[in-house]
Amino acid sequence: MINIVDKRFRFFWVALGLVIFSAVALGAFGLKPGIELSSGSMLTVNFAQTVNEDELNQELETLGYGGAIIQQTGTGGFLIRTAELSTQAKNDLENSLTNRFGAVTEAEFNSVSPMVASETARNAGIAIAVACVGILLYVTWAFRKMPHPFRYGVCALLALGHDALLALGIFAALGSVLGWEINLMFITGILAVLGYSINNTVVVFDRIRENLQRGISPDLAVVVNTSLSETLTRSLNTSLTTLFVVLALLLFVGASIQNFAVVLLIGVIAGTFSSICVAPNLIVAWERREAKRLFRRDEPAVDSSQG
Amino acid sequence: MTRKNLAPFITIMIILILAILGVVPLDKGVLGGKGIHLGLDLQGGTHLVYQADFSDTEPGSEGEAIQGAIAVIERRVNALGVSEPVIQKLGNDRITVELAGISEIENAKNLIGQTALLEFGELAKEGETPTWTNELGDWVPATAEVDGEVLELSSRYFQENTYVSQDDYGQIVLVFQWNDTGTKMFEQITERVLNQPLGIFLSGEALRGDEGLPIAPYIRSVISDRGIIEGLSLNEATELTRLLNAGRIPVPLTPIYEQTVSPMLGADFVNMSLKAGIIGLILVLVFMMVYYRFPGALASGALMFYAFVVLAIFKAIPVTLNLAGIGGFVLSIGMAVDANVLIFERLKEELRLGRTLGAAIEVGFSRAWPAIRDSNITTFIVCGILYWLGSSIIASGPVTSFAATLAIGVAVSMFSAVVVTRTFLRVFAGSRLARRASLYNVYSGKSHD
Repeated sequence: MINIVDKRFRFFWVALGLVIFSAVALGAFGLKPGIELSSGSMLTVNFAQTVNEDELNQELETLGYGGAIIQQTGTGGFLIRTAELSTQAKNDLENSLTNRFGAVTEAEFNSVSPMVASETARNAGIAIAVACVGILLYVTWAFRKMPHPFRYGVCALLALGHDALLALGIFAALGSVLGWEINLMFITGILAVLGYSINNTVVVFDRIRENLQRGISPDLAVVVNTSLSETLTRSLNTSLTTLFVVLALLLFVGASIQNFAVVLLIGVIAGTFSSICVAPNLIVAWERREAKRLFRRDEPAVDSSQG
Repeated sequence: MTRKNLAPFITIMIILILAILGVVPLDKGVLGGKGIHLGLDLQGGTHLVYQADFSDTEPGSEGEAIQGAIAVIERRVNALGVSEPVIQKLGNDRITVELAGISEIENAKNLIGQTALLEFGELAKEGETPTWTNELGDWVPATAEVDGEVLELSSRYFQENTYVSQDDYGQIVLVFQWNDTGTKMFEQITERVLNQPLGIFLSGEALRGDEGLPIAPYIRSVISDRGIIEGLSLNEATELTRLLNAGRIPVPLTPIYEQTVSPMLGADFVNMSLKAGIIGLILVLVFMMVYYRFPGALASGALMFYAFVVLAIFKAIPVTLNLAGIGGFVLSIGMAVDANVLIFERLKEELRLGRTLGAAIEVGFSRAWPAIRDSNITTFIVCGILYWLGSSIIASGPVTSFAATLAIGVAVSMFSAVVVTRTFLRVFAGSRLARRASLYNVYSGKSHD
């Protein structure tokens, strides 16, 4: 039998390391909010001729859009992000670009006012908070017949926090290196990850419940470890099939759905790890009141049960 | 095949055939129905949201005012020939406009943003600073004193029933009527500017007719409550009537959100996401068949059932699919097999314990059920929250569509695993082929020592 519970302190350290990395990345780089969350305009244009990024930058500066951020798209077009543009201002900009670089086609234009952006950001925050509380309550309720059902809710939520924080941390790093922004698709992805990861955790908890009821061992650590090894194949297989489709989305749909697919990619991998190695082990650690032991040198073994 | 299993099996096959007939081809429906409804980001088009400013509106008449503004936008958009425009009130003080196709978008945007208030002017006298200037001269607002207050004449003093008619000689006339204040004002003004033109201005510009000349009817008599305007073309009269009616309760509209996607880009998205979906599906099918062999092949059949039924539901409801929605559907393909995986792992455990195939199937399903139920409820909770988020924000398309497709996907996947896969397994459990243990790959992924 694989022994996951015995190695719980190693897993906690890994999880803690990832959380610290994410917190540091978030603190150091911060998240770059896209226009949906911070307002502004995003114009995607394609040029008939080949246009150099520097030339475009210069031209935008001459036109008074010095603060514009430009980014080349995969197909030779450009994303131009500016402060909120009126229809008139956008038309003027496109005309000026046509005069300078030849025919311009507008592929996409998105403009969000500060009012709409702050509503979106606020409601996205509420949604994530409500999702967390909802999951906590649901897991507590679903395991209400177990001893300490609240622990299951809290441990599931901690595992979720780990997954979400990791996605945020990696996006903060990506934002700093590649200029990635977080948008509504990112928020949708984060919520989907919450749902996905908790789904995995609940399957493991469910098996713990079943094995506790069957009374396979008086020691919770043994019960949890048995349950983990019984559900391990399922957890990995389901994650694998989900990874297949997420990779397909990432590779074939590309830029527009990139945020979403990458969040899911991180979330599925992190969620698999946390639902196997973090959440169930936290239950055991809580039962044994081991919080302080994390920092001791000797690693406690399963059989050193406190009874 | 026992008789007990025959009925569910046939039912499943009928549902599958109906779903396939309903789904293929994707862009059309059976019996004249529409195809899968694509969001604006996939078919190309524009989504605009305007904020109404009620600061000039009398308290209590906001509802009427915004309905008036919507009516104006509808008329303006319809005149452009955009197919199936969606123009709706959003909350109390916002209007959302969705236009598919792109050719007239710039035009439409310019029109929609215009305030519907019409202002009236008289020619400026010597020494007066003109408010408007055009080829007919300099203009100042036409004013009148009512109850000791000097008011500027505008379309807000009209009664509701401005209409186009013909006089006895077949000439087009525009018939208008003022409200009480307007009546008092217009009497004073027409007395003063008798035999002079009355200029009409919209958003600071003279209102121009078919020939591009400013419309400025001459006042032929003193008019109090009712009057007519002659000499307009049918087109001019109709347009002016619309503007006058809409201008009764004008609401300034500020654009607060816009999303425009060219139809070409939209078509690219459809092709790319279709490709992603098919490749994702194939990968999942191959994995299931390689890893779980015989039941995996049955699960693959159930997965095809799943895909067609979900698409048929998308068409039937209909669910508006946008890029995120397709993402949700593709994601749900990967997640849909989860219930099958849970069941097969249980099935293998039961077979290892030495149960017969038939018993293992039944026990496997009943033991796997609580986990399937509990774990999917969390997905539904998240979908519900996403749906709320989508309905509470303006850029709602992606979120709502994702929530809908994921929720439908998960619901159908539970059904397909619990009912379809089980029926398939029961039906084929009796066959000699099914009794070969190697077909279940019982000993791979075995976690016990």
